[in-house]
Amino acid sequence: MTDPLAATTLSTLADGPLFGLPLAKLWFGLIFAVLGTFLFLDGFDFGVGALFATRKTDAEREQLLAAIGPFWDGNEVWLVVFGGMLFAVFPTIYADLFSRHYLLMFGILAALILRGLAPEMYEQRHDEAWQRWWGRSFVVGSVTAPLFLGIFTGNWLFGVDGFASVASLLVGLAVVALTVVDGAAYLGVKTRGDVRSETRAMGLLAQVVYLLLAVAAVVVGSQTVDHVTLLSAPVLALLGATVLLAVTYAVASRFGRWYVAFVAVAGQVYGLVALVATLLYPMIDPVTGLAVEEAIVSTLPLNLTSIGAAFLLPLITTYFYVLYSAFSGPVEEAESYA
Amino acid sequence: MIDPVIASRLQFAVTTIVHIIFPVMSMGLAPFLIYFTWKEIRTNEQIYEQLRSFWTKIFAISFVVGTVTGIVLEFEFGTNFAAFSKTAGELFGGPLAIEGMMAFMLEATFLGIFIFGRERVSDRLYMLSSVLVGLGTWLSAVWILIANSWMQTPRGFDIAMESGQPIVLLVDPIAAYANPRFPWMYVHMQNAAVLSVALFMAGVAAYFVWQNRDTEFWRKTMKIAIAVLLVSAPFQAIHGDAYGRHVAETQPQKFAAMEAQYETDSSVGLKLLAFPTSVESLTDPRAENLFVVELPFLASILASGGDPGATITGLNDVPTEDPPVAIVFWAFRAMVGLGMWFILLAFWGGFRWYQGTLFEDDLLAKAFVGSSILGILTVELGWIVTEVGRQPWVIQDVLKTHAGVSPGLTGAEALVTLAGFVGVYTALLGLYTYVIARIIRNEAPTKPPTPERERDAPDSVGVVPSDD
Repeated sequence: MTDPLAATTLSTLADGPLFGLPLAKLWFGLIFAVLGTFLFLDGFDFGVGALFATRKTDAEREQLLAAIGPFWDGNEVWLVVFGGMLFAVFPTIYADLFSRHYLLMFGILAALILRGLAPEMYEQRHDEAWQRWWGRSFVVGSVTAPLFLGIFTGNWLFGVDGFASVASLLVGLAVVALTVVDGAAYLGVKTRGDVRSETRAMGLLAQVVYLLLAVAAVVVGSQTVDHVTLLSAPVLALLGATVLLAVTYAVASRFGRWYVAFVAVAGQVYGLVALVATLLYPMIDPVTGLAVEEAIVSTLPLNLTSIGAAFLLPLITTYFYVLYSAFSGPVEEAESYA
Repeated sequence: MIDPVIASRLQFAVTTIVHIIFPVMSMGLAPFLIYFTWKEIRTNEQIYEQLRSFWTKIFAISFVVGTVTGIVLEFEFGTNFAAFSKTAGELFGGPLAIEGMMAFMLEATFLGIFIFGRERVSDRLYMLSSVLVGLGTWLSAVWILIANSWMQTPRGFDIAMESGQPIVLLVDPIAAYANPRFPWMYVHMQNAAVLSVALFMAGVAAYFVWQNRDTEFWRKTMKIAIAVLLVSAPFQAIHGDAYGRHVAETQPQKFAAMEAQYETDSSVGLKLLAFPTSVESLTDPRAENLFVVELPFLASILASGGDPGATITGLNDVPTEDPPVAIVFWAFRAMVGLGMWFILLAFWGGFRWYQGTLFEDDLLAKAFVGSSILGILTVELGWIVTEVGRQPWVIQDVLKTHAGVSPGLTGAEALVTLAGFVGVYTALLGLYTYVIARIIRNEAPTKPPTPERERDAPDSVGVVPSDD
């Protein structure tokens, strides 16, 4: 480095966090926000996948695939970004969490492979045996991916050092229920007629199940793990907000206000990851007891990744805006994935 | 039970070897798709619409399989190579995070428009989508190869010890990320992707030419592919030659393994072929045990860029254990040999085209058909030279591969996932091949098979009833 200006910039970047910001805390929040974005966006793909099992006619199944066709790949990239950010900013946590939950991580990957391939394969041939097989694969992948991801999140929160605990299993099931709520709201926006009215009923059922499972997970967790408490102001506030959003969802979907219902689901998903982050903080990994401030990467790479994210995340928002507006409005009844 | 280190290494080998096929297809197809889209919009000719639509289908399936197999690799750094991730996370994690945000997001979102949106969006947005998808795939390679090249020629860092484990600290990001290997690797990889896809396109087109089922669509495909081959195949060899010198300078151990050079020596000849005289020498190609066809001084000339007396460091003078020399030695020879064949093939095709007999040479058509997936195979060989040649190091001279494996991983866990991947990825490759073959059979304007006696009948498109 011969350029003195560049050398100064560099040593400033290595000196302290950018603009004196509390970057460790911000990144802790951002990591969970990205996980939440993944669970919300790919969540409706998963939910549509689960609801696919209830659709019997070929036309309706094609409609469901068409509804997520242009979107699911982009949605899934939020998981890649989550993994990359965790690696970049909390490398120790990334390494510990992923290696500790070895088989679970590969369970997530296997589910995502199945879910990603199934729609492409389903369209390749139109004989019954082939479509039955890939239809089932689509459903199985779409249900197990959020299940394993939920268990992973629960294991992280409760500091489980095995495959799962009762509490983390409850989180997994809660996440599956939440994706079904999400998928039903999405189909409310993207479809008409029988598909919409029938999936609405399932969405409502899943909403009730989600509330029960989420509360049960916190209660069971608080009985078994020290850092998880039910009776604290932020936890009660988040659970209260979730109940309100659930009621909003039920009312909005009853009156056909699907965008409102969709936003109410988004609120619940971000509420869930906020709950996890709140219960963890100031720790980031209960198993090793590492705090957020201890696990953060050193200043220079932290600043560089922060600058990158500050420029790129707003850009990504515009990509998603362009994509979703290009395919706004409901899918036609005769539309298919191909 | 199997050693978790061996199982993790095998698993990473299997998962990268399978994954790289799909980025090669998408990165290589991207410039063709941009060209077809541009011509379609500019000229309104049906042929370009057909070309764009057909090759987009191949692109789409490659992209989907590339996505699901790519996430596996990102996760495997954490699951199987946790110690590596802790040691290198400070330098290695950043590029992966930026890759996700800058490149993967761009390609995955605009791909939705590019695949599903031809009827929905304006020509201008559609054209832009094709460019942004292509840009995304090529930017993705920038960040992934920055990360990989740093493992080959690590720069810009300090090492601290934390509870007995080396931790790499980023000191000079420009030196680290613009490390000496990166530009070599990037140019070599991107050109290889274009070259591989051109070979694939020419191979598929040549099949229909050979079967006498070619239409304007396939003729056009073949001509475009040969035009690209005429540039990319010779360029790859010229560039590869200089790249080899750079490897000799920066990773002498790898270069010695590529040449099976055990003793440090001057005026070293290039072993063109080394026939094993026993089974042992097949796996350990030491020059003295072999029947060697050698071009005198050439290895010295290649390594130094013209000096026949130049010294080449031998493996015996490198203090660490050797990489698996046989794999590196043979993979390198196979890669170079195939590269030479591609140049020959390109000029053969170019010559027939110039003569106006491109579609009449059956032998040429067969050669193209036989070479259709050899480009991808050559990419695999090149990566084997790069990655196996760096052993025993995972980060050259910083961290050995066995020390990078997750400490808590058991042999049983590793075996379960290894066996799972072997099964799942075999099925995946089978499915991918099946789907590509179906798309080729059903989705392109192709003449139906004609009985032998009606061959060469004037313009029989669509009028000859097929017997089956």
